[in-house]
Amino acid sequence: MREPVYFDYAATTPVDPRVAQKMSECLLTEGNFGNPASRSHKFGWEAEEAVEVARRQVSDLVNCDPREIVWTSGATESDNLAIKGVAQFYRKKGKHLITSKIEHKAVLDTCRHLERDGFEVTYLQPGEDGLIRAEQVQQAIREDTTLVSIMHVNNEIGVRNDIAAIGEVCRQEKVFFHVDAAQGAGKVPIDLSSLKVDLMSFSAHKMYGPKGVGALYVRRKPRVRLEAQMHGGGHERGMRSGTLATHQLVGMGEACRIAKLEMKAEAARTLALRQRLWDGFRDMEEVYANGDLEFHVPGIINISFNFVEGESLIMSLPEVAVSSGSACTSASLEPSYVLRALGMNDELAHSSLRFSVGRFTTEDDVDRVIEQVRGAVEKLRDLSPLWDMYKDGVDMNKIEWAAH
Amino acid sequence: MAYSDQVMDHYENPRNVGKMDDKDSQVGTGMVGAPACGDVMRLQIKVDEEGIIQDAKFKTYGCGSAIASSSLLTEWVKGRSIEAAESIKNTEIAEELALPPVKIHCSVLAEDAIKAAVSDYRDKKAASSDKA
Repeated sequence: MREPVYFDYAATTPVDPRVAQKMSECLLTEGNFGNPASRSHKFGWEAEEAVEVARRQVSDLVNCDPREIVWTSGATESDNLAIKGVAQFYRKKGKHLITSKIEHKAVLDTCRHLERDGFEVTYLQPGEDGLIRAEQVQQAIREDTTLVSIMHVNNEIGVRNDIAAIGEVCRQEKVFFHVDAAQGAGKVPIDLSSLKVDLMSFSAHKMYGPKGVGALYVRRKPRVRLEAQMHGGGHERGMRSGTLATHQLVGMGEACRIAKLEMKAEAARTLALRQRLWDGFRDMEEVYANGDLEFHVPGIINISFNFVEGESLIMSLPEVAVSSGSACTSASLEPSYVLRALGMNDELAHSSLRFSVGRFTTEDDVDRVIEQVRGAVEKLRDLSPLWDMYKDGVDMNKIEWAAH
Repeated sequence: MAYSDQVMDHYENPRNVGKMDDKDSQVGTGMVGAPACGDVMRLQIKVDEEGIIQDAKFKTYGCGSAIASSSLLTEWVKGRSIEAAESIKNTEIAEELALPPVKIHCSVLAEDAIKAAVSDYRDKKAASSDKA
């Protein structure tokens, strides 16, 4: 068997060699290994300098002040800090939060935790296209709402929300707006000087940086205050204690610098690859792309192959690394909560795969994946009683299935 | 998830895939499961005058373990009497395929499928003898 083709860039990306080089310079005795918080010697000053350069590189990518960037361990921690931090700091003002049903688990689970702590959360239902509209947010805002948390780009289907419009609504209603931008940052332009966003979560490993590092943007004007979730030495202006991991932050900084520099060309290239992939399937019967393809990030596409079950499809694709829309592989037999929230029926949700391409994907890779997926779908449809029934014109909605 | 060699073997080379004429009085059809749950099995048997299963065919929509369970079952029931076939237990299938706990329901579905097929065959036979 050949080495599988990696089509799971939305799960994580490999580190760019330029990033790895910068990181490796911050580890050894002869490198920049000092503690950035050490004030009394050159080692500390140099490490601090490197960390501040990296902070500037992150802020340059999204056009904000470097003092608005707080380092974290990743987007999950950023989401936790933003949501719990704001909810708890402003709890006397109100205990109502708004989010959507298709947020990442880092947001949903944090909201669930706050619900157990006496907060009330409204979970907005996306349209069939996967998008949350500003009007929906407007209608859900109450007197006691303190925070709205809506993702920029959905990790399973790749749709991109209009965070500018949602931000306008939040600012007008004087409600803080948090955006999980783990999938969007570095892929599509984000300008925090014009967006009315108060908090934004970033992850390095979705943009060719290392795992284990991320950042939270916390707006200074108008000021957003947070209750710290990690206590200790008072690093990051008291918002997030813990020794700064110089090599990780330098890696994230370099990843952001490259992303900004190459964003335009890279977006065009990955979009062309995604289109090539979709073109390779669209002549097949009963194959659907999920979510709006216009408001979309370039590298992700989620496709349903009707009458074929996702887990067996992945099983017959040993040379293709993709993830299943259905969560069967994680031993829970439920189909994807994201696809179901879009109103998709269970069988179509069970039949979905997420393909995500990126910096190191080639046209040959795409062609190889098309060939293998087509072969696997044909094989499994030959095995599928549902495909037989579809071909015989049987209306499957009229059959009384014995749910088990 | 890692699959056992037995599951991979049936998955890659499924035995007795196909469809029989479900109007044929010698054919019993069992269809179990639901698309919404992610698996549907259709198992068909062709039974001779002595009540011996001459042939068996299946088609399955579902995970690899569901496909392997039904493929294995078609191999096992061929040449057996319908009574012997309907007494096959899901645990035997699960054991043969070394199914992990989360996949036990696939073997249960296979057991349900053969029982449904035998029952369908008996119903047909009773209906035709009523006519005669």
